[in-house]
Amino acid sequence: MNSNNNILIKTVITKNIGKINPNSIDDYINAGGYKALQKAVKMTGVQIVDQVKASNLKGRGGAGFPTGIKMEAVLNTDVTPKYLVCNADEGEPGNFKDKLLLENDPHQMLEGIIIAAVALNIQKGYIYIRGEYNKAIEIINLAIEQATKKGFVGKNICSTNFSLDLEVRSGAGAYICGEEFALIESIEGKSGRPRNKPPFPTVSGVNSKPTLINNVETFSVLPFIINEGGKVYAEIGTATSSGTKLISLSGNVKNPGVYEVPFGVTVGQVIEQLGGGVPNNLKIKMVQLGGASGPIIPPSMLDIKLDYKEMADLGISMGSGAIIVIDERFEMFDIIKKIMNFFRHESCGKCTPCREGNRQILKLISKIDNGTATIKDLKLLETLCSVMVSTSFCGLGQAAPTAVITTLKYFTEEYANKIKDYSLQSKSV
Amino acid sequence: MNMIELTINNNKISVPEGTTILNAAKTIGIEIPTLCYHEDQIIKANCRVCVVEVEGNKNLSTSCSTQVTQGMVVNTNSARALEARKVNIELILANHDADCLTCQRNLNCELQKNANQAGIRVNRFESVLEKKEIDNSSPSIVRNPNKCIKCGRCIEVCRDVQGLNIVDMIGRSDSMEVLPAFGKYLSDVNCISCGLCSLVCPVAAIYEKEDIQEVWDAINNPKKHVIVQTAPAVRVSIGEEFDMEPGTISTGKLVSALRQLGIDKVFDTDFTADLTIIEEGNELLQRLNNGGVLPMITSCSPGWINFIEQYYPELLPNVSSCKSPQQMFGAIAKTYYAEKIGVNPEDIYVISIMPCTAKKSEAKRPEMSIDGKNPDVDVVLTTRELGKMLKQAGVDFSSLKDDTYDNPFGITTGAAVIFGATGGVMEAALRTVYEVVTGKTLEQLDFKVVRGLQGIKEAEIDLNGTKVKVAVAHTIANARKILELIKTGKSDYLFIEVMCCPGGCIGGGGQPHSTTNAIRQKRIDATYEADRNMPIRKSHESPAIKSIYEEFLIKPLGEKSHKYLHTHYKNRKNK
Repeated sequence: MNSNNNILIKTVITKNIGKINPNSIDDYINAGGYKALQKAVKMTGVQIVDQVKASNLKGRGGAGFPTGIKMEAVLNTDVTPKYLVCNADEGEPGNFKDKLLLENDPHQMLEGIIIAAVALNIQKGYIYIRGEYNKAIEIINLAIEQATKKGFVGKNICSTNFSLDLEVRSGAGAYICGEEFALIESIEGKSGRPRNKPPFPTVSGVNSKPTLINNVETFSVLPFIINEGGKVYAEIGTATSSGTKLISLSGNVKNPGVYEVPFGVTVGQVIEQLGGGVPNNLKIKMVQLGGASGPIIPPSMLDIKLDYKEMADLGISMGSGAIIVIDERFEMFDIIKKIMNFFRHESCGKCTPCREGNRQILKLISKIDNGTATIKDLKLLETLCSVMVSTSFCGLGQAAPTAVITTLKYFTEEYANKIKDYSLQSKSV
Repeated sequence: MNMIELTINNNKISVPEGTTILNAAKTIGIEIPTLCYHEDQIIKANCRVCVVEVEGNKNLSTSCSTQVTQGMVVNTNSARALEARKVNIELILANHDADCLTCQRNLNCELQKNANQAGIRVNRFESVLEKKEIDNSSPSIVRNPNKCIKCGRCIEVCRDVQGLNIVDMIGRSDSMEVLPAFGKYLSDVNCISCGLCSLVCPVAAIYEKEDIQEVWDAINNPKKHVIVQTAPAVRVSIGEEFDMEPGTISTGKLVSALRQLGIDKVFDTDFTADLTIIEEGNELLQRLNNGGVLPMITSCSPGWINFIEQYYPELLPNVSSCKSPQQMFGAIAKTYYAEKIGVNPEDIYVISIMPCTAKKSEAKRPEMSIDGKNPDVDVVLTTRELGKMLKQAGVDFSSLKDDTYDNPFGITTGAAVIFGATGGVMEAALRTVYEVVTGKTLEQLDFKVVRGLQGIKEAEIDLNGTKVKVAVAHTIANARKILELIKTGKSDYLFIEVMCCPGGCIGGGGQPHSTTNAIRQKRIDATYEADRNMPIRKSHESPAIKSIYEEFLIKPLGEKSHKYLHTHYKNRKNK
């Protein structure tokens, strides 16, 4: 953490990081941990959900759905049993913020999970951790064991009637398993492929029962909300995006890492002031937000604020909070080919546009890059991208062409320069 | 029922809550193109061809999976929907062996229909097809991965209807394939050759082994006396190959059509269905009277035999030793019939027209050969193949005049006709067994409790004071339930009919691609109508059956019966 940036840094969920031993529950308790849970067991489910709603917390996994509304849906169902799933399958390239939380403050996340389970009367929870996160899997398993001994997990949580069984599951390396339904399929022992929506997991998730599924970071916020109140959390950040966001900053910056910032900070501030800018006085060529599935923006847009609404108005999103800086030494088409190769490899293959579309995008991009494409190819590329967005089965295919779509928009000249018959008349494509 | 008001293409309509856009559009005469959708299957929404524009939605909606909502405004043909449909079909075609003119499914392919409907004149995408080996290992079914569009219909029918899981999606992204486990051959994974996968496949990725040319060669060989037998279930389905109304009984046209092909004699498998009832009925009585293995289970359905041999061989003693009617016919044709007409059995060529792909594998079993060299049934064509062959011959099926079967295997009964429907063998057997045991005439011939599409049906019949409990199961998933009851000693049945395919043979894997459960029901109705129309409705009253025992077989379960009409089974578990 760079401590010189007091305005830019706001420690809500990273306050313990580096200060406590993640393998010691006592360290966490001594730092004020599990107080929120003690408080929560005395509250009703409605009271807890109301606090979350008051916080305006939105899902930190990328989609940004209001967490309180999701919890309320699971609270209000009469169907039992209900399940809880913590999505710790952090597979989006450029994201490593959940890893930081899992490895450095496991009990904060566990406490958030237990609070949610108590609020919604859920007795079984799964923490689905990315298969490559060996260390995190070990730490979380130990943390569950410790929390069980202390009576925070298992039967009669904090000497109440609540019980919660928590189980760690790990993926086998498929990116698609970060998609909530593919993840649920994987928990059920099936191949990771998405399901039709609706019904959403809150209605029919694990074993076709109501399921609360949230990201590591989202659950990690809940202890703060219960301790301090939803209103206090809502006061952090902007009117349209409350609280803080963990940013995974990587690429060509002096100080890559995870930063917790309040909403409203600009992308440029994160790169320049927290990241220390690009090394060797090189210029930024482009920045990708969110990860491989996120938009690529030019340096002229770096004053954009981290804010769900402001970004949505521009047709972009910060996803789960990655900022990848690419300097002027890199060729745009090389970057795009790498990204599209990733999606070509990671598509689950279920639906036509994603299964077949990614490799066709790659073919068209290669054709453009090697100078043999015509304006027809460019138009086809645009059409294909928009069909993938509008008809893919799940978020993977819908988001896969984002890098292409945004570079077509913000780096039109790079394309134009490679296309023989590109002219002013065809600029409207 | 809550009604939902919505607008589709400017038509204001009202449909019941829960209706999908696809079905709502049908009510105003709009058929939205589909590819992975099948009316009897769960909604997969994989192909993304049926997308439509729903006002206010950012993305397009798949009409198969999206339920209507109050005030919804749908445009099935917006510029965006039309373009997306086209793109998704082009993407599929870019990874499809589109040799349409020489394809098994030419003019009967759902992808071809879609491409045509979408007006695709050129595929804007480069072909990415990497040709893979065609799996010819099964005696009945061919799997061509180069045509597969990954819709998942075959996976579902095998998993959910048959409970077998022979194929599944293996791998992911553009290297995902629909394959048997570990990419093995169909012959190595306990496939039972039922062919339901080939029935639901929208393209030619799975199809029956085509034997049409062999039949032409035999017909055009002057040395051969070519005869054909037609299974009970074909007469109520073949019309669909020629766009006739499902459920039409076209027995007479079927006979005419086969004559048009130049086949010497046209016979009816119904004859050996009647024979099966006599042999199997007597076998049941023998088991009941002599403390034999019970319950006895029928053996007409070769997919079912393939199943029990590979999955429950310990229960093989429960299976009737009777050959199937197809194989009884082959054996009788090359013995009794050959003798009767004075022709060398080697010069008799027996064709079967079957609703079934597993019949192809049954005919190839080594024990199904009287002389140990030549198969008793030389070739099996599915209903679909007969349709193709008649089209090759230019036969205008629907305009044919009715004709009648040749003798001596032309006199048959209503009991034999109903072999085509689930419960039919049971009902036919009960009609005979009751009268043989009690010596009384059955007042009510219809055993309605064993009819219909319910998965497992039960009945009890009083045979001179002995209550005989019977069961009828169709589909392998249901058969498995019954076998588990037997295995765990919980079955109190004495006689069980099992048919491999849903609805029995009328819903078989070799039937027209038009087959759905609704159409299965129509074929069942037609089957019982055909039964009612028959002058004789009990197998033991057939004069042809009486003659064959007098002239040749002497008595049921006698020496000749054992030699020609009965068989044995093999434990094929861990091969």
